[in-house]
Amino acid sequence: MILILLAIVVGSKQFTESVIVGEIATQALQASGAAASHRRELGGTRVLWEALRAGQIDVYPEYTGTISEELLPGERDLAAALGGMGIRMGQPIGFDDSYAIGIRRDAAERLGTRTISDLSRHPELRLGFSNEFMRRRDGWPRLHEVYGLAETGVRGLQHEVAYRALLDGAIDGTDLYSTDAEIRAGGLTILADDRRAFPRYQAVFLFRKGLPPQAQRALESVRIDQQQMIAMNARALIDRVSEQRIAADFLGMRAADPEGLPRRVLRRTGEHLFLVAISLAAAIVLSIPLGILAFRRARSGQALLAFAGALQTIPSLALLVFMIPLLGIGAAPAIVALFLYSLLPIIRGTHSGLAGIAPEVRESAHALGLPPRAVLVLVELPLASRAILAGIKTAAVINVGTATLGALIGAGGYGQPILTGIRLADTALILEGALPAAALALLAQALFDLLELLLVPRGLRL
Amino acid sequence: MAAPVFEARSVVRRYGGALALGPVDLSIEEASTTALIGPSGAGKSTLLRLLNGLVAPDSGEVRFLGAPLAAERLPEIRRQMGYVVQGGGLFPHLDGEGNVALVARWLRWDEGRVERRIAELAETARLPREALRRFPSQLSGGQAQRVSLMRALMLDPPVLLFDEPLGALDPMTRFELQQDLREAFARLRKTVVLVTHDLAEAAFFAGRLVLLRDGTIVQQGPAQDLMDAPADPFVARFVRAQRPPP
Repeated sequence: MILILLAIVVGSKQFTESVIVGEIATQALQASGAAASHRRELGGTRVLWEALRAGQIDVYPEYTGTISEELLPGERDLAAALGGMGIRMGQPIGFDDSYAIGIRRDAAERLGTRTISDLSRHPELRLGFSNEFMRRRDGWPRLHEVYGLAETGVRGLQHEVAYRALLDGAIDGTDLYSTDAEIRAGGLTILADDRRAFPRYQAVFLFRKGLPPQAQRALESVRIDQQQMIAMNARALIDRVSEQRIAADFLGMRAADPEGLPRRVLRRTGEHLFLVAISLAAAIVLSIPLGILAFRRARSGQALLAFAGALQTIPSLALLVFMIPLLGIGAAPAIVALFLYSLLPIIRGTHSGLAGIAPEVRESAHALGLPPRAVLVLVELPLASRAILAGIKTAAVINVGTATLGALIGAGGYGQPILTGIRLADTALILEGALPAAALALLAQALFDLLELLLVPRGLRL
Repeated sequence: MAAPVFEARSVVRRYGGALALGPVDLSIEEASTTALIGPSGAGKSTLLRLLNGLVAPDSGEVRFLGAPLAAERLPEIRRQMGYVVQGGGLFPHLDGEGNVALVARWLRWDEGRVERRIAELAETARLPREALRRFPSQLSGGQAQRVSLMRALMLDPPVLLFDEPLGALDPMTRFELQQDLREAFARLRKTVVLVTHDLAEAAFFAGRLVLLRDGTIVQQGPAQDLMDAPADPFVARFVRAQRPPP
């Protein structure tokens, strides 16, 4: 337990470069003698930032451009502003992940283009830019303004489509990130941003000031240059090598043995079931009394149903991020979010089950001289049991599906391989999470069908 | 003299502002059979529900055996009144026996006593034991009504309340059940109040008829009085409308 408390937690974002750098940091810390663990592929900048500020993670790789544009917009002195929050920004790691313009190597050599300025002298080059680049203020509009490039012949495309078009010779140049794996594979020449149109996105570590000096030194010793980063991204994305292995190779260490498929699936099943079982059980225990209350008191009942309905409309990622300052990252905020999402179906099921009881049946129960509590237990709840179970079943199936999003905040479960698989465009990996999740949803459904046979009185099933 | 079983004093009941009943004064003696009759919407069912507290009066007071119907004592008071509604109001999740024995089991009667009482009642209600093992959805209308009667009689209450007990039955079943019910009333010596819109049925069961119209009592007395000496033209019309065509 003490070891876990003292362990340094490294975070990484949900894209390959961040995971690799996070893994390198983790292994470098371990090599320095510290206990370190890696919370990989957390949702996005916001999740990492909140988790770092809340002390849930101790360090994660970030980009200077993101810090100045997104996290602390308008701050002139980033180091001082971060310092006020108990956070330090390390030395630049050594590579930039900025916007860049790449053109086909054959065209570059034929025309002698080396810089973006050279582009303006060759309007015959066909450029295709990603839609995001076309839209972002620091993308095409900026390029157009600084270099005076003509808009004729410029097309908006999807990022992946642009690469493919480039390889097929349908276009001559496109936007890319300066560490993209495709740079190694695609036969591209990166044009120098000679007029500094693009903001710089230097990679740095953000870490908590309280980190032991030895650990800080270990982090500062991590140096990765541009070519190394491109090569490592390519190994992960094109050669499908695991990030652990890439990091170990980079640091000249031996990679830990990878976990086999059955063990992986088993571990994730455990994590997933943990999230689902606790959140669902808590929702059942609270929602049935709330459903009874909603039925008994029509006015506050409507307000309660409206509230539970409103909870349902909060996007899952937003709900998860809201809870990081309160509950940190990991299973706890995921369980609370799943619990909140499970309330509505069960409250509504209980309410509609009670409302559907024929008035003369309810009246007979009272007229026989049963006190209200006994009427509830002996007559109303058994008669509403089918609707209550239907609500629980709906909640369980939604819960199993939504729990995959828990991976965004480090709760593990089947969502983890799905996230990784999407990031690496690895269908097999996506299925490694999606298939067990679907199976678990079906299993939950079957379990509640069985429970219906046991719990719903036989007289109601005729 | 002993207090009447029921006594309603200036009872008024409104539903959403509209007057449903009252002001009504009514007294019901022990071991009598009283029929509340009148056209639809006259307030018969409301008056019956006021007697067992399913409906509370807006003003006035209902007394049972001399004491007001206090909310906290209602369950206990109601166990002294059997109650049968149109269609039986049986609990669909319990079989016939489960319906009949529900309250007795809740009161923790021992199973032997429950068993003996059910056997006794099956005879009174002339219902084969096999029918008690079926669920309400598997029973005919007449059987459901007999189960409902057994359920009302289970605790052997001194009072029986019936709300259109035979309303939904076909004529043959209805005739049989009328005979059986009257026989049972005569043998059990209960105080019976029943609601019906059928004058002949009321006359068949009850020594005293209470005719309601628009929430007030128009006339009460033996059936013969209503026919021979109607209190006003409405009573005469009501009686005439119920006679078979010549």
